[in-house]
Amino acid sequence: MSAFSAIGEEREIDRNEYTPEIEPQPTWCPGCGDFGVLKALKGALPEVGRTPEETLLVTGIGCSGKLNSYLDSYGFHTIHGRSLPVARAAKLANPGVEVVAAGGDGDGYGIGGNHFMHTARENHDMTYIVFNNEIFGLTKGQTSPTSPKGHKSKTQPHGSAKTPIRPLSLSLTSGASFVARTAAVNPNQAQRILKEAMEHDGFAHIDFLTQCPTWNKDAKQYVPYTDINESEDYDFDPTNRADAQELMRETEDKLYEGEVLTGVYYREDDRPSYQQEKQEIGEMPEEPLAERYFDGDYEWERSYDNFIDKHK
Amino acid sequence: MSADELIWRIAGGSGDGIASTSQNFAKALMRSGLHVFTHRHYPSRIRGGHTYVEVRASADPVKSRGDGYNFLLALGDSFARNPQDEAYYGNEEAKPLAENLDELREGGVIVYDSGLLDPSEVPNFEERVEENDWHVYDIDLRSLAREQGREVMRNTAGVGVTCAITGIPLEAIEELMRDAMPEKILEPNLEIMQTGYDLVHEEYDVDAPDVSVPSGDHDEEQVLMSGSDAIAYGAIDEGCRFIAGYPMTPWTEVFTIMSQNLPELGGISEQVEDEIAAAALAIGASHMGVKAMSGSSGGGFALMGEPLGLAEMTETPLVLIEAMRAGPSTGMPTKPEQADLEHVLYTSQGDSQRVVLAPGTVAEAYEASRRAFQLAYEYQIPTMIVYDQKLSGELTNVPASHFDREPNGDIGMTLTEDELAEQPHTADGKFHRFQHEGENGVSPRSVPGQKAGRYLATGNEHNPAGHISEDPDNRVAQMDRRQRKLDAIREDLDGDGLLVEHGPEDAEYGILTFGSQQGTVEEAVDRLNENGTSVKALTVAELAPYPVDAVRSFLDSVDEALVVEMNASAQFRGLTQKELGTHGEMLSSLLKYNGNPFEPAEIVEGFTTKLVDGGELPGNETKFVPAAGD
Repeated sequence: MSAFSAIGEEREIDRNEYTPEIEPQPTWCPGCGDFGVLKALKGALPEVGRTPEETLLVTGIGCSGKLNSYLDSYGFHTIHGRSLPVARAAKLANPGVEVVAAGGDGDGYGIGGNHFMHTARENHDMTYIVFNNEIFGLTKGQTSPTSPKGHKSKTQPHGSAKTPIRPLSLSLTSGASFVARTAAVNPNQAQRILKEAMEHDGFAHIDFLTQCPTWNKDAKQYVPYTDINESEDYDFDPTNRADAQELMRETEDKLYEGEVLTGVYYREDDRPSYQQEKQEIGEMPEEPLAERYFDGDYEWERSYDNFIDKHK
Repeated sequence: MSADELIWRIAGGSGDGIASTSQNFAKALMRSGLHVFTHRHYPSRIRGGHTYVEVRASADPVKSRGDGYNFLLALGDSFARNPQDEAYYGNEEAKPLAENLDELREGGVIVYDSGLLDPSEVPNFEERVEENDWHVYDIDLRSLAREQGREVMRNTAGVGVTCAITGIPLEAIEELMRDAMPEKILEPNLEIMQTGYDLVHEEYDVDAPDVSVPSGDHDEEQVLMSGSDAIAYGAIDEGCRFIAGYPMTPWTEVFTIMSQNLPELGGISEQVEDEIAAAALAIGASHMGVKAMSGSSGGGFALMGEPLGLAEMTETPLVLIEAMRAGPSTGMPTKPEQADLEHVLYTSQGDSQRVVLAPGTVAEAYEASRRAFQLAYEYQIPTMIVYDQKLSGELTNVPASHFDREPNGDIGMTLTEDELAEQPHTADGKFHRFQHEGENGVSPRSVPGQKAGRYLATGNEHNPAGHISEDPDNRVAQMDRRQRKLDAIREDLDGDGLLVEHGPEDAEYGILTFGSQQGTVEEAVDRLNENGTSVKALTVAELAPYPVDAVRSFLDSVDEALVVEMNASAQFRGLTQKELGTHGEMLSSLLKYNGNPFEPAEIVEGFTTKLVDGGELPGNETKFVPAAGD
């Protein structure tokens, strides 16, 4: 038996396989957008053909960080803002595993902003879901990097003087090869985009709008949603970088008023992923590194044979 | 001071090839049968600024840089003439000569590049030469190099001159240059070296060398290695194939060696955005069942406190290297200090468990590296190696056979899929990754991609299946189990050679030290005993878990003990007292924190002045801190 027989297993997968049968019950508030992400993910994983055991869901801290408590796969619940570096290495160590990272807007665009930028530029082959509810939820309602200017909270009682982050533009500029936005209230679109993202060979960033009925009552402002990939008004080609940039700029300018545009904004299909680039230059093994440690016949090279002559 | 040794100091500006030249020179001496030890002094600058390397060579084993030196090759700083530099650093033109005279021994040799250095700029040069009976050779190395090749080759000319004066055959160096240099620059270099050599013979009477080079013979083949080389090779031999890091002196040395070697071994090296990411990447790779490492120096390591805790809580094996330099903050980037000890021992939140090893020599650095991986993966616990800029960069000869060991790809208690199927699972199929039982605290793990092994790893407290849990009974059971690992490790490490005793067993006095000061302390102990003081030393290379029993019995066997360490707050003495809870009244400290490591003579002087004579230390190089009581 191979060490990783769950990888590449071909069979019909029931979405219920991802649902833990007993515990724990989600601690998310009634009406929370996070349920929408969980639901979409449970729908998309079987469609991509990934079993729970070949899936690793890496999360950060906050309400979103609990996602892998409620999705029955391999999971790594890390620390605030650090899901991406953990996920990147996991994928490099064993590329056969489907690696999905998830975190909130504070987690991903705030404390983990540096990692976000660099993971995007390196174009690691993985999917990153950012639960964007424009608020810190689990710490009880503080202003987040995506909260609108003027947003009042206990930590910014006079209203935020900061312009919110532009997640889509930031992602595109940083070098992500797949940039999309969807919303928890659009489960079908969310599932479609998640599936596309996981099938994409490179860094797929999804700004996932999740309403927070407890701390951000204004969340309902996100309706109505328009799907730019479906709407005839837009006739949008997601492989056109300039158009994507333009549309991102427009929508991020008026994100907090009126119509919200969702869908796949940008998709670069011919760009090799970081893993491929690294293999090309000879800095990444062809076979998954993790396999080697389970191969009883593998002959470990040693420094004495390889480098000691340099020192004689 | 032994006359049977050559301590050759090559001084000049950073970027003038001082490091590579001295490395070749040291290797040539080692190949000729001598024991060698190098000491590097350099500023935090790329080009220009005063730098030197000492190469000490003797027929007997050498454990430290020694005291002073007896041969100066002053090359001149070719970058010192930049007027902008002058504004920042003052006029450094005379530095390679002026800055190095204080420690030059009586009867020593000075070779200076008269093309770049003007001795009239050195205060009282003539008088000092006469007083100290120095032999001076003024040779225009710059013109010599310029005429035959390029000006930068004047270090090679200097080596030729050195060989002529000391009687070292040129062939020994030539052979190394052939290995190290591309054809295009090899020929002019060889010619320049020969010219320098001939010039000395033509213009000076060198039949009787002013400084003699000892002759020696090794019992077995030797290699010239630094502490960083040894750590990197130890990691490779333990099957480490993943490293993530961010450059920071002196950690960069291990990072560089690993990065240059891993690709051809089918491994992966990642230079990432910061140290938090670096440690997190190592955790990510290790979580997948790959042997991984990261590391940094003081300031960068500070960022790793957070992921370090994550590794502890998720029980992900992790090896981190901490190469100390002088702090606080960015401190002195290129100078050694042992002041991050408490930082390494206590950083990260909660009751956290970790193993900390502190190798004292290049040979031990290899052992420590291998041991760190074994412990980390066997016990699923973060293991750190703490060492410093001194051990990181100094080169010394070690028998090649020391590195001739079997490789080890074992990743510890990681179950196969068949074994996983037999393990306890929750009703929904989650594998009990964090079982309470485990006598030595270890609960077997699975890795993603394996059938029947799925679980949640989380930095929150969790139940056996990995679900987040605040249940008090579970909390205590998990906490106790993680704590149990340390007891088991302490037993494992017992008798592992991590304590090195040196000197007569029944000695009256003791010296306690750790890390890179080991060799220097041992030389000092030998001299003290030769002078009639009965003293022995104990070097502790295992800081957590602390070897309480062994240190206690050492201290019980002596009347009084001196703790030698390179920091201002006596951190190692503090640790010893905390762990032992006794013996405070008999432990006084000798401290040094000016950016230079101890020389053996300083320890001899500090020890004699305070413990034997009870007087005051002259100068401010070292500092004595009296016993503290319990």
